Amino acid sequence: MTVNSRALPALGPTRRLKLPKQAERRLPNGLTVLAVRRPAVPLVELRLWMPFGRTHLARGAMLAETVLAGTGTLTATQIAAELQKVGGGLSAGADPDRLMLSGAGLVTGLDRMLEILADVLTDASYPADWVQTERDRLVDRIQVAQSQPAHLARTALLRRIYGRHPYAVQTPEPDQVRAVRPAALRRLHAERVHPAEAVLVLVGDVQPERALDAAEKALAGWTGDSRGAALPPAPPLEPGPLLLVDRPGSVQSSLRIALPAVPRTHPDHAALQLANLIFGGYFSSRWTENIREDKGYTYGPHSSVEHSVAGSVLVAGAEVATEVTGPALLETTYELGRLASVPPGVDELEQARQYALGTLQLGISTQAGLAALTSAYAGSGLRLDFLAEHAARLAKATVEDVAEAGARYLAPARAVVVVLGDAERVAGPLSALTPVRTESA
Amino acid sequence: MPTRRARIPATKYPVERFTLDNGLRVVLTPDRSAPVIGVAVVYDVGIRSEPQGRTGFAHLFEHLMFQGSENLEKLAHFRHVQGAGGTFNGSTHLDYTDYYETLPGNALERALFLEADRMRGPRLTEENLRNQVDVVKEEIRVNVLNRPYGGFPWLTLPPVMFDTFPNAHDGYGSFDDLESATVADAADFFRRYYASGNAVLAVSGDIDVAEATTLVERHFGDVPARPAPERPDFTEPDLTVERRTSYTDQLAPLPAVASAWRVPDPVVDFAGYLPYVVLAEVLTDGDASRLVERMVQRDRSVTGLGGYLGFMGDPFDVRDPTALLLQAHLPPGGDVDKALRTIDEELDRLATDGLTDGELARTQARMATHLLRDTDAVLGRALRMAVLEQQRGEPGLLNDLPRLVGEVTEDQVRAAAATLRPERRASIEVIPGGAR
Repeated sequence: MTVNSRALPALGPTRRLKLPKQAERRLPNGLTVLAVRRPAVPLVELRLWMPFGRTHLARGAMLAETVLAGTGTLTATQIAAELQKVGGGLSAGADPDRLMLSGAGLVTGLDRMLEILADVLTDASYPADWVQTERDRLVDRIQVAQSQPAHLARTALLRRIYGRHPYAVQTPEPDQVRAVRPAALRRLHAERVHPAEAVLVLVGDVQPERALDAAEKALAGWTGDSRGAALPPAPPLEPGPLLLVDRPGSVQSSLRIALPAVPRTHPDHAALQLANLIFGGYFSSRWTENIREDKGYTYGPHSSVEHSVAGSVLVAGAEVATEVTGPALLETTYELGRLASVPPGVDELEQARQYALGTLQLGISTQAGLAALTSAYAGSGLRLDFLAEHAARLAKATVEDVAEAGARYLAPARAVVVVLGDAERVAGPLSALTPVRTESA
Repeated sequence: MPTRRARIPATKYPVERFTLDNGLRVVLTPDRSAPVIGVAVVYDVGIRSEPQGRTGFAHLFEHLMFQGSENLEKLAHFRHVQGAGGTFNGSTHLDYTDYYETLPGNALERALFLEADRMRGPRLTEENLRNQVDVVKEEIRVNVLNRPYGGFPWLTLPPVMFDTFPNAHDGYGSFDDLESATVADAADFFRRYYASGNAVLAVSGDIDVAEATTLVERHFGDVPARPAPERPDFTEPDLTVERRTSYTDQLAPLPAVASAWRVPDPVVDFAGYLPYVVLAEVLTDGDASRLVERMVQRDRSVTGLGGYLGFMGDPFDVRDPTALLLQAHLPPGGDVDKALRTIDEELDRLATDGLTDGELARTQARMATHLLRDTDAVLGRALRMAVLEQQRGEPGLLNDLPRLVGEVTEDQVRAAAATLRPERRASIEVIPGGAR
């Protein structure tokens, strides 16, 4: 087929990672504000990160659903309309670590967005009719989530790896949601929606100092002491029999594997990230090339390191055809074992390293990407400057470092494995490979 | 007194266009604000062009374009993109198929090489075909068969609204059709549709136009010239009698419904089409929108709803025939008839009474934010401009969209609402079979 073979062009010189202009200020009320400049489009991104650990699960979820449902002066509809006027919008979400308010709008509307944000933070009213509506909607959404294999597999995995830790259950039961009253939400807001340990990130077409001034002006009146609610450290993984969660009739099995990991600042982190990429963290990984491109067992396997306040964990997941569930686990265990036992090739490490470094550049090339990264870093007490440090560590990691990380973190002996699927069809094949304990969904 | 409206800002991304001797159209749009580039190649073939008995073939073929090419072994494409620090993908739409990479700027020539190589010819082998049929079947299981509301409504509503195979059939494909696909089918498909004259290349981001032009000519200049095939006529008449069907989704716990109405030709009658794009947002964008306020908050007849243009949510990259869609999820025991009646009522009210003070302006301001936000990503610009070039010969339209959306008038939105009559509507209802 090849008539005259052509050579792959070499890459041009690598461009140095250049961080955007930024500024930081701690306001007298304790709020940290970080502002980052990227003037490409005339918008501003906003992320407000508030620690939310150890919050009552259903109340925390409902607070996120209703914090924008009205204030002493604005109804929910007015909040939405006022934000729209400046091309803006806000949304709220909660997880076991944080409550997050996020949005984006025309940069000319920054002051107005901050003003409305301040109103919500200091004067959210949790009107009874809205709380009732949102309660019903949340119950419906939970019910829909419970019919989705990805959600069921995630739920089973969290329960298995976190045991009695607050991370173990992250979705409330419908009955708990139905029991949430507006008064409880007002109380929770008063107790937990505080500036003291919160971080506001503003990214966009605005001079950082000017953004800090705008935030200070709008949010100076938001006060409240933080109530220490530190999470206990996440428990270490306890390997054991494969947990098979029965989903009768399922045409695919959801395979989930948890492995130990370390936080971003840990000396092993860069090497672990590279080892993870080589295993299953990008398309050109061993796992994808094996179970998708060679064997066609799955559409998209993927593994990544997840960082939470109380600990980090590596999670690998794939949806595989029911009839090849056993073989897919076999190949997965093989690839983990290979990385834990045999050093990676020099070329495959270089490829993973270039990918890790390149995607750092891509990640900070948009306002939204910068905002997400700045906020995630801030949640771990880091600043954007850490990106340069991380890049330097990625650049330095050796084959030995990555081999060691593979042995330490990706060893199949340390894995916790959960499979959601049709037990009648997959229990046998899985049992041929490893001890299996079966549960109903 | 009318509310003061936010000024709608615009981007000024420069656009260079040229056509190579082999017919390949090229769009360059430099922006040096970050050291990254986007590269997109768009072929003018999609789901609507696949042959009868070969449902899902356009998408399957998209997978085959990643399986090696003239100078590249299987897996090489992925490794060369990711080994340069980039990411890649491809996607199949009703009217086009795209292939794209986003990378650090120092990989420009490599990306052009990779795209040119597969434009000359993918390696179509029996082994790769069988492997990718398996992969696509797993993709369909993940996205459709093994989850509630799979394919709703993008796969389930077209056969209600349309009568001809190109518009009505399942674009993911039946397992039977996928398994029947042959290497010869793929070779034919490539020869016919993956012609240099049927493609657009767009490059965005940290590039020098003169240098990029030289590199494009170097790598694509000798791709053999093949003309674009004639595009078939996919026109269908509008509905004159309401159509409605339902199906039971064994995995779905709650009812849902989606409706679609035909809209003006997005390319030929862009001015007539734009008011519908705005109308969808007036109806459904956020807590202050018409239908959310009425149905989610006041009546509680639905728990969530959305409105958008195009079955794949693609207002500016689809040709005629297309539609405005509204979809709603209902609470347990929810009444679909009542939901549809309320929508009719609200459309009628909008057409008759018009908009409230500031309602249109704030919706337009919000739409501007969404449009601008999408273009901030270097790859978003390349993809959008490639399709705008292909379907309209007008990639610079990307810069104008926020302003054009902002110029739609209240009268136009009212007139658009007035056309969404029940007798022109096609609806599909999901009956929950998975209630526990």
